[in-house]
Amino acid sequence: MVTSTNPATDVDVQGSLWSRAPYPVLIADLQGAVVLVNEAAGALLPAARPGAQMADAVPDWLSSAHAALRIPRQGRVEEPAVWSGHVGDRVYEAHPTVEDSGTVLWWLVDTTDHRLAEEALRRERERTAFLGRASNLLLSSLNLDRCTNVTAQMAAEHLADAAVVVSPVRGNRLPIVTCLRDGSPVVASAVADPASVPGLVEALQGFPPVPTRWVDPRTVPEWVVPEGFGAPGSIVVTPLPGHGVPAGALILLRRADGPGFTPEEEVFARLFAARAGAAMSAARLYADQSAITEVLMRELLPPSLHQVSGVDFAGGYRPSEDHERIGGDFYDVHPAAAEGNPSLVVLGDVCGKGLEAAVLTGKIRNTLHALLPLADDHQRMLGLLNMALLNSHHTRFATLVLASAVREGRSVRMRVTSAGHPPPLVVRATGEVEEADTRGTLIGAIPEVRADSADLFLAPGETCVLYTDGFTEARGGPMGDAMFGEERLRRVLAECAGMPAESIVERVQMVAAQWVGNGRHDDMAVVVVSAPRSHHLSAVNGHTRGRFTA
Amino acid sequence: MSTELRTAPRRPAELETALWEAVFAGDEYAATSLVQRALDDGVDPESVLLDVIAPVQFKVGEEWAANRMTVAQEHAATAINDRAVAALSLHPAARTAAERGRITVACVDGEWHALPARLLAEVLRLRGWHVDYLGAQVPVPHLIAHLHRTGPELVALSSSIATRLPTAHATITACQAVGVPVVVGGAAFGPGGRYAELLGADAWAADARSAADRIQRAPLARPEPGHQPIDDLPHLDDQEYTMVTRSRTSLVRAVMHGLDDAFPAMRQYNDLQRERTAEDVAHIVDFLATALYLDDADLFTGFIAWTAGILAARGVPAYSLPPALGLLAGELKDFPRATRLLLLGSDRLAGPSTPSAPSASARNQP
Repeated sequence: MVTSTNPATDVDVQGSLWSRAPYPVLIADLQGAVVLVNEAAGALLPAARPGAQMADAVPDWLSSAHAALRIPRQGRVEEPAVWSGHVGDRVYEAHPTVEDSGTVLWWLVDTTDHRLAEEALRRERERTAFLGRASNLLLSSLNLDRCTNVTAQMAAEHLADAAVVVSPVRGNRLPIVTCLRDGSPVVASAVADPASVPGLVEALQGFPPVPTRWVDPRTVPEWVVPEGFGAPGSIVVTPLPGHGVPAGALILLRRADGPGFTPEEEVFARLFAARAGAAMSAARLYADQSAITEVLMRELLPPSLHQVSGVDFAGGYRPSEDHERIGGDFYDVHPAAAEGNPSLVVLGDVCGKGLEAAVLTGKIRNTLHALLPLADDHQRMLGLLNMALLNSHHTRFATLVLASAVREGRSVRMRVTSAGHPPPLVVRATGEVEEADTRGTLIGAIPEVRADSADLFLAPGETCVLYTDGFTEARGGPMGDAMFGEERLRRVLAECAGMPAESIVERVQMVAAQWVGNGRHDDMAVVVVSAPRSHHLSAVNGHTRGRFTA
Repeated sequence: MSTELRTAPRRPAELETALWEAVFAGDEYAATSLVQRALDDGVDPESVLLDVIAPVQFKVGEEWAANRMTVAQEHAATAINDRAVAALSLHPAARTAAERGRITVACVDGEWHALPARLLAEVLRLRGWHVDYLGAQVPVPHLIAHLHRTGPELVALSSSIATRLPTAHATITACQAVGVPVVVGGAAFGPGGRYAELLGADAWAADARSAADRIQRAPLARPEPGHQPIDDLPHLDDQEYTMVTRSRTSLVRAVMHGLDDAFPAMRQYNDLQRERTAEDVAHIVDFLATALYLDDADLFTGFIAWTAGILAARGVPAYSLPPALGLLAGELKDFPRATRLLLLGSDRLAGPSTPSAPSASARNQP
């Protein structure tokens, strides 16, 4: 407090200054009686006149603050305390100055707007955090079901007491996901007409743009209200905008005993719906695209091989790029039309890699399939394939190996023909590895192709390995830059003598994968043809106990 | 190789012995019919998987490590075990309706030992889950595309080789980033699954049975978005892992060069012998890098002790191991964490030899 040397003028000066001060000031004594009020305080608290008791003159929060403070506290330094509370519909802070005598000077500060601003800021922060979290959760997945569930759950947690996400009609069913606050999303599908909920049809169409629609809770059909929810007080329907693709609609429900939706909340729900709708339509597009890819890819994927007519076949394929599943290498095993005739194995390599090469492998595989009636004449097959490739608009060429294999007694008789491809390797029971004596020109480059076939005989447990140069030309190893090479491949195969066909495939793939490590590599394909070691035919389908062949 | 057994074994221990004999002999027919017969006799399919086939496969690994089985025999044995699983899954006793949620089972990229994952997949299938089994070495992009497509409740990820742990971490993080929790298992995650938590896995299980129990007990919470993987492993800030991984080839070369100088005898090695030695050195570097990634010295010293043991089992003296560690320490003298690990590795070799069962084996070493 200001002190002056002249006490006579002091009161006047103080009195006039106080009385005109823009903030309410009130002085009360030890006994709880009001001593002095300035103009502003008088206007704010009309009952507070000098001499009045605080308890009668001011709001309870202030009089009890005064009661707590007025006891003299000589010699004790107190933390300056601040009280606050309502005066009418405004909020005030009361800052006390305590004299030793127990008289307290109360300075009152109107903090209503400050409070409101703080509250608005807090709400805005909450909403920003909510939208941020919603975006994170929605963007992280391209799975439609997951996006739908997340939408229902987040809406129920932050926007309403319950939420229902309605997806576009499928047949005569309406796929819906409902979620109660603090509950888990429940997936269902309602046999329902969307027209039974006002505004739902328009919201589901996604066009023309429609505003959020208030719905009379008494008129909605049963399926809109989640089980165990009780009576809805207010319901709004908001479209989930899908940017060209209908994404669905969001129905928000609040209970009858709680507050309804403010216009501000409705705007905010639209902001959330915009994000959810974008995520859901992206997920729908991804699902559609991957379904298309899946169908197209199915024909290009390497087949899974197994035993055919007493001959073991196994294959393995690794495309050059890890994110792809197909490439420029291919293989097929075509079982003979009649028992006792050889099956035809094809393994090849189209120049180039990736999707374009894969498409050409598809054409070659189809062409060879059509030529199967000629399977016993490799040269003729290669000649016809060569013509077909030369006449196509592709400028690519291919190398391949044809192998016919038929069981004879306990052994397997083979004829193999290489067309510009690494000759197959034969792994004998002793661990010796031989190269099949076949050479030929590549396919699709020159008008005339020539190839010499080799005849082989596999005793039980012996194996013929067809592979692409992706293995032998793979660079890596402990020193980093060595070629895998045919020598190393032979050494690996020598250790594989007598192993089941799929174990050999796995072994070769594994050693090659370790050789290249994280380095770049070409497509790698391998097919193993084996004469089974056991004298039982394997139980091909796993049920039958196999049968004797010799 | 009996084709008709008069009295079929029914107790898991007897079945295990019989299956081991069939597997060791490479007799697929005996192995599959043994399994089918056991199921015909009413033995619980889950028990056949976990109390018969799994222990046999464990024994295969042990026999290989003790040099009582060749690489070829190990592969053949594994293939036959795999066929036994296939025979079981097709048996009427093992048919169940998928009435629970959807689960993806996969091996980490670079992981070739698929059988543990396959066993878990079959157990979950038996317990009524809808299982997508993706098999050995699944590249992360394939796995994530699969998760987007199918939206499973969780991924069960298997890894047996410790050096795949950085890749496993990347895989776990990627799955969680698309909102799918991950339960991990396999020897790579260390005794008690100590690395599973470090790498942020949502759960760990010691074996297929406890994994299935864990999954069944309570659903795993969806991972929260916005997680930063570097927060799990703040020590990666020093870049030592990155530097060692990136200079792997030059480190191997430098050590080989140094060994040539230290052991004139090594100059007489043929190409194959040199390559094998270089592979051993490369393995040391890989384990060093993994130990740096996890900031875990035991992983490195455990591997060094295990390697010495394997070499001893194969009658190869481990004389090149200490100088190799010394040469690496010389190359990496500016990297304090690597230097410390190499020092601890040398100490471990110098110390009394302790029989150690490595949690994380280099079993796939050619």
